[in-house]
Formats: sequence, structure tokens, C-alpha cells
Amino acid sequence: MADPMRVRAAENGGIVDVKILMKHDMESGQRKDAAGKTIPAWFISSINVKANGKDVLNGQFGPAVSKDPFLNFKYKGAKGDKIVVSWVDSKGDKRTDEATAS
Amino acid sequence: MQRKFTLGLVSGLLATMLSISSSTYAQKSATDEIAKYREMIADGNPSELYEAAGEELWKKPAGPKNATLEKCDLGLGAGVVKGAAAQLPRYFKDTNKVQDLESRLMTCMQVLQGRDPQEMIDAPFQKGPKKDMEAIVAYVVTLSKGDKIKVSTNHPKEKEMYELGKRAFFFQGGPMDFSCASCHAEDGKRIRLQDLPNITTQKGAALGWGYWPAYRVSSGQFWTMQQRLNDCFRQQRFPFPIYGSDLTLALSMYMSKNANGGTVETPGLKR
Amino acid sequence: MNMKNVKSLLAIGSFTLVAIAMQGSAIAQQANDPKFNKMIKDGFKADGIAGLDRIDQDATQKFCSDPIFSSSKQGEKMREKIQKINMDSIKQPSDGKYIGDWKRGEAIAQSGRGATWTDKADTPIGGGCYNCHQIDPKEISHGNIGPSLTGYGKMRGNSQDVVTYTWNRINNSKAYNACSNMPRFAHFKLLTEQQIQDVMALLLDPASPVNQ
Repeated sequence: MADPMRVRAAENGGIVDVKILMKHDMESGQRKDAAGKTIPAWFISSINVKANGKDVLNGQFGPAVSKDPFLNFKYKGAKGDKIVVSWVDSKGDKRTDEATAS
Repeated sequence: MQRKFTLGLVSGLLATMLSISSSTYAQKSATDEIAKYREMIADGNPSELYEAAGEELWKKPAGPKNATLEKCDLGLGAGVVKGAAAQLPRYFKDTNKVQDLESRLMTCMQVLQGRDPQEMIDAPFQKGPKKDMEAIVAYVVTLSKGDKIKVSTNHPKEKEMYELGKRAFFFQGGPMDFSCASCHAEDGKRIRLQDLPNITTQKGAALGWGYWPAYRVSSGQFWTMQQRLNDCFRQQRFPFPIYGSDLTLALSMYMSKNANGGTVETPGLKR
Repeated sequence: MNMKNVKSLLAIGSFTLVAIAMQGSAIAQQANDPKFNKMIKDGFKADGIAGLDRIDQDATQKFCSDPIFSSSKQGEKMREKIQKINMDSIKQPSDGKYIGDWKRGEAIAQSGRGATWTDKADTPIGGGCYNCHQIDPKEISHGNIGPSLTGYGKMRGNSQDVVTYTWNRINNSKAYNACSNMPRFAHFKLLTEQQIQDVMALLLDPASPVNQ
């Protein structure tokens, strides 16, 4: 599995604020290295967030998202919600991490 | 007489204010906007990813001795990480020298884990064993975040390093005659649109020393203080500073002592 | 005690008093420090085009590494000497041409590349002028370590005096100010004659954006 994410979720007034830091090079495929060779594209292609087993976010990332992406969103939820974040990248590598809404 | 004078003063002031050129205004708003952007991205500092990896490495057995770093003494006792970075560099009795965080970690890796410091010294930044070092540094400095910078020069070797560092700060060399002081010894200066802290003063030193190590957004990398110093020397057109050399330790001693009383804001987030 | 002893005692006494009095107000160059020299020498290794010769200081660098002495009253004589050494080393253009192409000059002023250990020997070196100076007022990304050069030619005209002064200043700023922060562009072969002619045009050509 790839490097771990940092997932935090805080509930306030029925709204859960989710903050996710992902470790990924997010290579766009447009850059060249010092020798002039194109660095191959390698980026998170899709991301899914479930709260208590139900989808709360689905995202299609691509080469426009920069390195070590930070994602922040809110959904209607409660303290104690089990939040599961999963991503898949363009090489087929995956990562899943969890957090509990506090 | 009084009224005429006041009127003159007011109109003089007004004239000055109006004559501030449009490009100066553009500058101020450009640097203000950059500051606003930094505030917005302050949440979600990728340094946290390095910190998490560093915590794991601290507790993971490694090296020929297959030991963890959990007994490492960073100055506050074996295994005490909380608050240690805020008091570095300092004199260590066991090595009989003043050490910064990275050289002290190299000592611990050598003594506790049997790892060869030369491998760490020779490795390029961001690669091989230095990747471990960057993560561990992120972990250690996070546990001093919010503390006051409190570096001592009580020990004669600490005092000596401070004075050597001060002299090195003003040492001019290379084909551009640059020293650290060329950029960092005056208030209110900037290179392009990058503000330059005046490291000879407490306020400026705290802005520099208190915010590195940091995640550098422009390179997508976490830079330790040794890497920051290294790249300064590169821009000064100097030869390559040796990792953990006394030169780098002396400069760190100079900057950190000047910064005393400031707050540890590391790991920082930089452009 | 006979008179001879008293006289010598008085002489020693007064000499000591004068010496002590002088210490209070005398600022001298900082002493050579073998420990410091060793720390510098052992602190660096050569890398790429950046060799260890770069930490061998010349007279100007040595003098200016001591900010207290170099800006003191006692340092005035030395300052003048340093300025003269630098002035004497300046060469006027070999083809007699002072003004080149301002468009190329702007590109040179914008580029901060070259001469670092990650650069190659044939990497074109830029002037890095915008790092420290405002030049074309349309460019807002400029530093303030040096004075603004906007309107440079417009304000000064282009008499031979102004042209020569400007040429000299770019070639070797320390001819006029011993411890100027500005690199000595010709002295260390950072910019070629052609490049300096182009930067001259940026500052002095009436058609340059600097002088609109």
C-alpha cells in the first residue's frame, strides 16, 4: 500500500468537517527531468469517502491536482461517524485510511 | 502662525501620500495577497505527512544494532522529544561539542543503531538515508511547536560557536561577494517579492529560525534547516557546505541565540 | 629611589595610561583567527563549477567581511584604497561601444541564472538585477536591496560622464562604494562586455521602458 494519509474529522452542529492530507507525487506527465526526458504521469485518479458505509464524496482527480493534495469538505453527520477514505492512482496503486468524527 | 504651519504639514502629507507611485501600491497588495494565500493554505501543511512517517521511524528498529531511537538524548534526557528542538543547538557532554538537531540525530543513529554518519553526510538531500532524517526532523520539531526558542550560550563552547557563527555570517566570498549579511542584515529588505528577515535582530532571527524546517510548496519537499542553509550557500555562489559541519552548526548557534524569546512555529509552510 | 628610576616609572606609567585610553576609542580590523579559518576551510567541498577557490577572499572581501571596521572612521583610509584597487581594474569597452540593445538588456536583468554548483560552465549567467532593483516600472516583482533605477537615463541624460559612470558602476560597483552589496559583474566575469552594453541600453536608451 502507498504512504498513509492524514484524516481528521470534527463534528459541529450536525456538520462534519473532514480534512484529508494525501501523500502523492501527482506527476502530471508534462514535466521533464534534468536530462530532458519526460517524467511519466502518475497521479491519484479517483477518491472515495464513506461515512458509516455510505458514500459522502466521490472525486475524479487528475494531473491538474498538485503534489501532496489537501482535501477539505463538509457533510451532514454526527459524532462517532466512521469515515473511510480510499484512493486509486493511475498505476493502480491504492490507499485506504480511516478516522472517527470527534 | 500655528494654523499656517499645520495646514502646510497636512497638505505636505497629502501630497506625499498621493505621490506614492502606483507600482509601490501594486507591490504592497502583491505581498499582502501572498500573505493571505499563505494563511489559506496553512491548514493542511504536508509537513504532517512527514511528521507521521518520522514518528514511525523513531520507534522502528534499524541499523546493524537493530535498535530504535527511543533512547536518543536530544538535550533534555534520553528519549525526551517534547520541547527538545526549541533548545537546540546546545553543548553535549558525551560528544564534547555543540550540536544542532540533525548532527545530534546522526550521533544517536550511530551510537544506538550502529549507522555510519558518513552515509548520511554523503547522501543527497531528499534521497536515501536523508529521507529518513527529514521525516524524523519533522516529528521532533513538531513536538516543540509553540514553545519559546530558548538556546543557551552559558557553556564556553556554546559561546565560542556563537562568536564563530557571527563571524561566518559576515564572511564574504564567491564571485558575487555575497555573505549571509548581504541579504539578511537590514530591516525591510526583500529579494524580488520575497521578504528577507534581518537575522542580526531578535525579531528577524525568530522569523528565520522559528519557521524552518518547513514544507516548501514550490518544490513539494520538506526542507530541514541544514538544507535551507545549503541552498543559501548555493545561491551565494559558494562551494558546497558539508552536511553537519562546524560551519553550519556555528551559523545555527548564531541565528538561534539571536532568535531567543521567539516562538517555534515549525514545521513551517513556505512558498 | 633615585631619579632615573622615577623617570622610567613615570614614562611606563604614562605610556600605559595612553595605551588604555586608546583602546577605548580605537577600532581596528578584526584579528586573524586560525580557528575560524579552519572552520571555513573544513566547512566546504568543491561541487560542479563551484571550487574551493571561491572561499579564498581577496582584499575587498576580507575588508568588507568586517562590518564594524569597514564602516568606521578608522576604516576610511582602507575604504579609499579598496575603491581605488577596484576602479583601477575597470576596462572601458574594447570596441568603444557603450550602448547595446535594451530588449536583450531586459532579459539579462530578469535572469538570475548561472554560476551556482547546479549550473554548467557554459550556462549563460544573468545579471539578476531585478532581485535587488526596480527597473522597468511595469515589472512589480522586484527587490529593494538596491535603489530604484526607473527613469535612470531620463533623469541623468547621456553625457559621456554619465555613460562612463554607469559603465564603471555595472562593471565594478565597489570602485565607488567599497562595500557595496552589488556584485562586481566584470571583475568576476559574470557578464560579458556585450551583456553589459545591453544592460547599459536598458538604463540609458531613450526608447527603453525605463525611460518612458
